[in-house]
Amino acid sequence: MAGAEGDDSLYPIAVLIDELRNEDVQLRLNSIKKLSTIALALGVERTRTELLPFLTDTIYDEDEVLLALAEQLGSFTVLVGGPEFVHCLLPPLESLATVEETVVRDKAVESLQKISQEHSPVDLEVHFVPLVKRLASGDWFTSRTSACGLFSVCYPRVSSTVKAEIRQHFRTLCSDDTPMVRRAASSKLGEFAKVLELDYVKSDIIPLFTALASDEQDSVRLLAVEAGVSIATLLPQEDLEDLVMPTLRQAAEDKSWRVRYMVADKFSELQKAVGPEITKNDLVPAFQNLLKDCEAEVRTAAANKVKVFCESLPEDSRETIIMTHILPCVKELVSDTNQHVKSALASVIMGLSTILGKDNTVEHLLPLFLVQLKDEYPEVRLNIISNLDCVNEVIGIRQLSQSLLPAIVELAEDAKWRVRLAIIEYMPLLAGQLGVEFFDEKLNSLCMAWLIDHVYAIREAATCNLMKLVEKFGAEWAQNTIVPKVLGMANDSNYLHRMTTLFCINALSEVCGQEITTKHMLPVVLKMSTDQVANVRFNVARCLQKIGPVLDSSALQADVKPVLEKLATDQDMDVKYFALEAISVITLINGHTVYDSM
Amino acid sequence: MFTRIIRDPASPTEEVSALLCSVAADIISTVEFNSTGELLATGDKGGRVVVFQREQESKNQPHRRGEYNVYSTFQSHEPEFDYLKSLEIEEKINKIRWLPQQNAAYFLLSTNDKTVKLWKISERDKRPEGYNLKDEDGRIRDPATITTLRVPVLQPMDLMVEATPRRVFSNAHTYHINSISVNSDYETFMSTDDLRINLWNLEITNRSFNIVDIKPANMEELTEVITAAEFHPHQCNTFVYSSSKGSIRLCDMRASALCDNHSKFFEEPEDPSNRSFFSEIISSISDVKFSHSGRYLMTRDYLTVKVWDLNMESKPLETYQVHDYLRSKLCSLYENDCIFDKFECVWNGSDSVIMTGSYNNFFRMFDRNTKRDVTLEASRENSKPRAILKPRKVCVGGKRRKDEISVDSLDFSKKIIHTAWHPSENIIAVAATNNLYIFQDKVN
Repeated sequence: MAGAEGDDSLYPIAVLIDELRNEDVQLRLNSIKKLSTIALALGVERTRTELLPFLTDTIYDEDEVLLALAEQLGSFTVLVGGPEFVHCLLPPLESLATVEETVVRDKAVESLQKISQEHSPVDLEVHFVPLVKRLASGDWFTSRTSACGLFSVCYPRVSSTVKAEIRQHFRTLCSDDTPMVRRAASSKLGEFAKVLELDYVKSDIIPLFTALASDEQDSVRLLAVEAGVSIATLLPQEDLEDLVMPTLRQAAEDKSWRVRYMVADKFSELQKAVGPEITKNDLVPAFQNLLKDCEAEVRTAAANKVKVFCESLPEDSRETIIMTHILPCVKELVSDTNQHVKSALASVIMGLSTILGKDNTVEHLLPLFLVQLKDEYPEVRLNIISNLDCVNEVIGIRQLSQSLLPAIVELAEDAKWRVRLAIIEYMPLLAGQLGVEFFDEKLNSLCMAWLIDHVYAIREAATCNLMKLVEKFGAEWAQNTIVPKVLGMANDSNYLHRMTTLFCINALSEVCGQEITTKHMLPVVLKMSTDQVANVRFNVARCLQKIGPVLDSSALQADVKPVLEKLATDQDMDVKYFALEAISVITLINGHTVYDSM
Repeated sequence: MFTRIIRDPASPTEEVSALLCSVAADIISTVEFNSTGELLATGDKGGRVVVFQREQESKNQPHRRGEYNVYSTFQSHEPEFDYLKSLEIEEKINKIRWLPQQNAAYFLLSTNDKTVKLWKISERDKRPEGYNLKDEDGRIRDPATITTLRVPVLQPMDLMVEATPRRVFSNAHTYHINSISVNSDYETFMSTDDLRINLWNLEITNRSFNIVDIKPANMEELTEVITAAEFHPHQCNTFVYSSSKGSIRLCDMRASALCDNHSKFFEEPEDPSNRSFFSEIISSISDVKFSHSGRYLMTRDYLTVKVWDLNMESKPLETYQVHDYLRSKLCSLYENDCIFDKFECVWNGSDSVIMTGSYNNFFRMFDRNTKRDVTLEASRENSKPRAILKPRKVCVGGKRRKDEISVDSLDFSKKIIHTAWHPSENIIAVAATNNLYIFQDKVN
């Protein structure tokens, strides 16, 4: 049938098949990605009998090709003839599940999990379970690690005798000789526990968990922490204390900081899993210890959790616990020796104010915010400033301004220009959080003062800051508050300040729009073209070039062009150069404008 | 004098002494058995790695069991030039370490001064055959004649061994890498240069963690460099590093993320009566190795091998003289730079015998139980295939007996720096400049 009109339709497929073995990886990859097209052309029968056997042995290829193959096979069921034949996909995936490259193995396991659902219960026991067993008892640990991820998908759908076998296999892998396999088992323990009957969770999983959590390898123990969290969610409250808590308590005090780090990192999940009673009795002291840990990495992880932990404390005793147990540790962390710890804390500490309410915030938290706001590391300061809004909600803008503003002002006038620069960069953020009214009252003058700073980098940043503020507050605000001040500087006796006016106009013209630019800014710029300092004059030329696109063509023709032409005959070489450049650019724009209006 | 050790290790003139010895690219620079002993890898100055495979036992030639034949040869590193520092980066392989076997393929780490690479050595015995657009002879077919699709079929072919680079761990070392060591967790390894130790995950190449940094703020204050480092064979959190001052530090990675503070410090108090101009130089440790049991440490300095018990920091358990007769010749050894040779040392499979190299193609073995020691020679002239090695003796002053060799006639250009011992059997590999000798216990 294909023979009659075959040539045209077969040729591209023939190319794809041949390119499965091309020397160029990219071509092979392309072919693999179109594997479904090839399979479709071959038909289900030939896909099963020819293509899949070929693919099963093609495990010598580059990782990216194998990865693509593993992914493709996960959605290949239809192409081999539907669920009835889905087991044909097992051999190639089995060989992919034993390669050394983790991403490929993981993808193969993912695809196996996917197609396991398409097996009928009978096929699952006849084809899939034997595959899992083969992998689980394979010679190499790559295959055994892959097996760990497959137990949980077949367990719920097999008979009780097979279930017993599966549990046995998993047990064996949990005490495997190689740490690789124990790690894989440890990381899948929680997933497996979820599909087990509660009695078996208690009789089988708990001993395994206890054993893995006291493994000699740090890397196995730390993965058991996560499993512990999952297991805790499965058990009834009354069993937690006996079955899980001793092990978790031990993990929180493990000799290895990596295990303690893991506990700190999973703390919120853990808190959720064990419930309020155990949290009060066990987790609070454990959390205190983690916040005081000798390893900075652990303190960082714990500091990150301060807000979430406090939030999820049982409501009746929340405030007492925070005030008596957590806050003292937090106070110490504020002056930690490690910047990452402080930075982590600064990113969440503001959140405590909503939990503690106004009075506690003012009395206990504000002093801490102030300390962090003056921290030597900019990241710490930034984290505080970028979260000011949560405090704002609690204690109101007035209070905030009284206590925090002096600190911000102090930084804004710091003797080190880099500190000033950092504060300027936070200004738009701050403006957004505090609102226009507050800004005008307290911070506007600071922003204007920076324009006449004696360090160029500050003046430059200040101009840029103005632009961002206008983006936030709008052109009308700009016209009322900053444009007059900026334009006023055009008459300053210091030529550097006069130039700042020009730089501001460069930055502001576009956000302020045509009307303000033409009406207010342009006259000032034009007037400055007769400045006695050449640097100002050539910046006028550059400024005109910059704002040209904002102006309409009549203003360009009537006002800008004559001034530029005059500047083009200036005595100063630089002024001439920039004037000519501006003329050529503006003519171009003008040409377009004329063209557009036609 | 002293400056030789503490000189900025990145200095381009570092390898002058090595150049004087030979410029040949095939001088062997490292030897290492894999964990089963079935494979043996060597690296050389030319950046090549040669892997030998042990001959399978056959009934008709029982004595051939134990012979190692070339299995795979590949170019691991190429010479490079660091344009920023105007520094040549040699291709010489400083160390090779095998990874535990994880599937049918073998994996090893090889390193030069700057870059560690993970290599995969795998076999292929099948080849796909059959194309759609070409016929059997490779001629292009007319697309019009294609009426059916052919899926390639895998056919058996002659065994082919391929070496492919899997990972490149680079840009983490300012100074020269002297050691690499794989952790017992099979997940991480460390690379050590003169001043720093970095910890890598075997799967992640763009990030490593610095765990030890002894670089002083001011390089003028530098008095000590790291000479070697190794992970404990079973405890994943323990490693040791040795220094040019003759001390060994044991660190516990559980305690903190940075291991600048050691948990144990092994050092032998100096004997004031023995103090000389060369004391510091000859006490520099050139190699450190954990015993297979993990209970002991062995260190090699210029004249001795020492065995330490991990539970005793104050002094070594055992000290073996490798070539004490050289003590009187230190002055000339300093002049010809031999005093800076970095001899390595190895344990046998049961930790009962230790082996290390010397000059004149001699190498030494010490039996820790019987306290007997032997000097053997690896040379073409004196050892024919399957001949029994005769013990050699160096005569110290006085009358020279037959079969003895006088200290003055030792050839200092023939040094045995690198040796390896099969993990379970009495098979040893000895690198003598550009020759590799493999000796084994006499069968019956």
